[in-house]
Amino acid sequence: MNLVRFIDFLRDRLSLVIKACIGVLALLVIADIARVVLSHGHEAAEATGEHAEAAHGFWAHLYHVAETIPVFWSVFGFIACVLIVFISKWYGHLKVGRTEIMAKEDFYNE
Amino acid sequence: MSNLWIHPSLIFIVGGLLLTVVPQAMRKVWLILVPTIAFGLILKMSLNLGTFGVVHVAGFELTFGRVDRLSQVFGYIMGLMAIIGTLYGLHVRRSAEHIAAWTYVAGSIGALYAGDFITLFLFWEVMAIASTFLIWFRGRDQSVATGYRYLLVHMAGGVALLAGIMLTYRATGSLAFNPLDVANPTAGTWLITIGFLLNAAVPPLHAWLPDAYGEATFNGSVFMCAFTTKTAVYALLRGVPGFQILIPLGVIMALYGVVYAVLENDSRRLLAYHVISQVGYMVAGVGLANLDTPFGRLAFNGVCAHAFAHILYKGLLFMGCGTVLHQTGESKFTELGGLYKKMPLTFILTLIGGLSISAFPLFSGFVSKSMIVQAGFDSHMLWVGFLLMLASAGTFLHTGLKVPYFIFFGKNNCKPQTWEKAKDPVWNMTVAMSIAAFLCIFIGSYTPYLYSKLPLQDVVYQPYNTGHVMETLQILLFTALGFFLMLKKLTPEAKISLDLDIIWRKGGPAFLWLAKKPIQAVDNFVGEIYNAGGLIPLMRTSRLVGIFDSAVIDGIVDGFASGFRNFGARLRGAQRGAIQDNLTVAFAAAAVLLLAFIFIF
Repeated sequence: MNLVRFIDFLRDRLSLVIKACIGVLALLVIADIARVVLSHGHEAAEATGEHAEAAHGFWAHLYHVAETIPVFWSVFGFIACVLIVFISKWYGHLKVGRTEIMAKEDFYNE
Repeated sequence: MSNLWIHPSLIFIVGGLLLTVVPQAMRKVWLILVPTIAFGLILKMSLNLGTFGVVHVAGFELTFGRVDRLSQVFGYIMGLMAIIGTLYGLHVRRSAEHIAAWTYVAGSIGALYAGDFITLFLFWEVMAIASTFLIWFRGRDQSVATGYRYLLVHMAGGVALLAGIMLTYRATGSLAFNPLDVANPTAGTWLITIGFLLNAAVPPLHAWLPDAYGEATFNGSVFMCAFTTKTAVYALLRGVPGFQILIPLGVIMALYGVVYAVLENDSRRLLAYHVISQVGYMVAGVGLANLDTPFGRLAFNGVCAHAFAHILYKGLLFMGCGTVLHQTGESKFTELGGLYKKMPLTFILTLIGGLSISAFPLFSGFVSKSMIVQAGFDSHMLWVGFLLMLASAGTFLHTGLKVPYFIFFGKNNCKPQTWEKAKDPVWNMTVAMSIAAFLCIFIGSYTPYLYSKLPLQDVVYQPYNTGHVMETLQILLFTALGFFLMLKKLTPEAKISLDLDIIWRKGGPAFLWLAKKPIQAVDNFVGEIYNAGGLIPLMRTSRLVGIFDSAVIDGIVDGFASGFRNFGARLRGAQRGAIQDNLTVAFAAAAVLLLAFIFIF
């Protein structure tokens, strides 16, 4: 089937595919820097001004950063991913009685 | 006028009953025809909104057909999903499976169009009972126990709902299913909300969902993932829009599902945890949906849009993983891998579902989820927006990456016979998945299709602007980067993750001990007082208690419970242990406690 052949074609050139993906990420970062720098003067400042009045503290600060610093959401996405994996794994190995949250498959049929 | 109105649920129920007498040659035609007629009927109802099917029973006014824009948007997508789901299981020979699925759909659609709480409750219970069969029909040893757990949890939720309805009726004198006063919630409002929240699988009332959806038949889960939780979302949106407690609950839900999805090894249980996560967005949206505010109106539309999109992409994902299960008999990542070579079409279609749920631009999640997130930011509750964004990264991590990767790529863990059996499915399953996949892309690419169906037409929302697209792409692509960097850590382990269902799975014996010892002690003590005291007022009370005991408890609760037990005994064939007996006792006791609570109130 053609689809399988296409996937195999890509898998045979894995290092090239990886390089292309890194290229896409780099392009995305550059595009976002351009976007924020271009719109920085008016739009972003107005938007944050409005929200900063209504809320203070951590989240308001984060919002301000999100609106003004380019590539914020790239960093957010990456950190989110790492946080989710580590927190979940930590949770999975918590002790509950004699077992961990991640228990043996026959836990319920002893 | 009202006598011309035909309820779409009726089509499903009558169609299901007639399925047993339809000749074999006509069977597949009939299976397609019935949901199509029902869907046509729902479409036609859009032309004539209003209230239909009003019936007077024992002094109560029951409204079977409240047709407005809110019930229509849910009715439309559920009617459509019934066609897709039936098509997917078209080759299933056992009529009872189709009848159960259609009765379940009928319950769901009946609840959507219910104009009063009694009608809502009736269809609510139909839904719970009919869907239990979709688990039992799996036919494994553990299916029976899982089905009972599912049924009992939903019966408990039903009791809470009914209690809330009774209290609300006593307080207001009205049974109309309209928005409750969420600014000053009464005990009735709380109980009704708890009943809804249980069906929406809000923690800590959620553990039934992965338990059931992981165990149901390959096509049963396709129905179940679409109807129960989304009917509950509809009920919340209709009954308690703007109930603020739902905002934190929804956000917790969205993150809770993500954490368990990291740990999960069974693909369908992973998807089930992601149902919890996605419904979390909707529950938070209902909490935001205060119709007096612009962000609340956006959230109101957002909940409808997200439920609409969710039914299609989650159905598609369950169809994809259901296909792998149907073909190979395996659903665990540690028993699968590398299947793209054998099931390329299934891979592509599952991937489309994964990209849709992850809210990639041009896919359906992008145009629906963002409405709720935007409403969160607009409400100035910025933490809602950010934490929902965090959950979005988790969604892509699991459903967009983990599911396709560890089934279709990754290390090939397939046993020789699994590998041998793996191939793309029969035509009807492929067509059903393709329709859902097409709609996922269509909704994401052509927004008027979905947006024109939303209830509040004055709300303007435009998902495609540079900022939003860039934001989304950055989060998703950098999450993907994290995924591939941490691939080793993410490799599934052959384990199960304990969830709160441990309370009733391991707590059964503990509960029985509790029921036996202290209650027996109290019983003896009370008996002593009766014997020793012999006071007249006390005697009168005890006589009343006796009447109450024999008439209400023995009659209703025991009758109900033993009915189910007998039914189960006939169904199960060979059944180990006394789990049903234990559960029935536990259920009866819980029902008595609840009833006692209401009477004292």
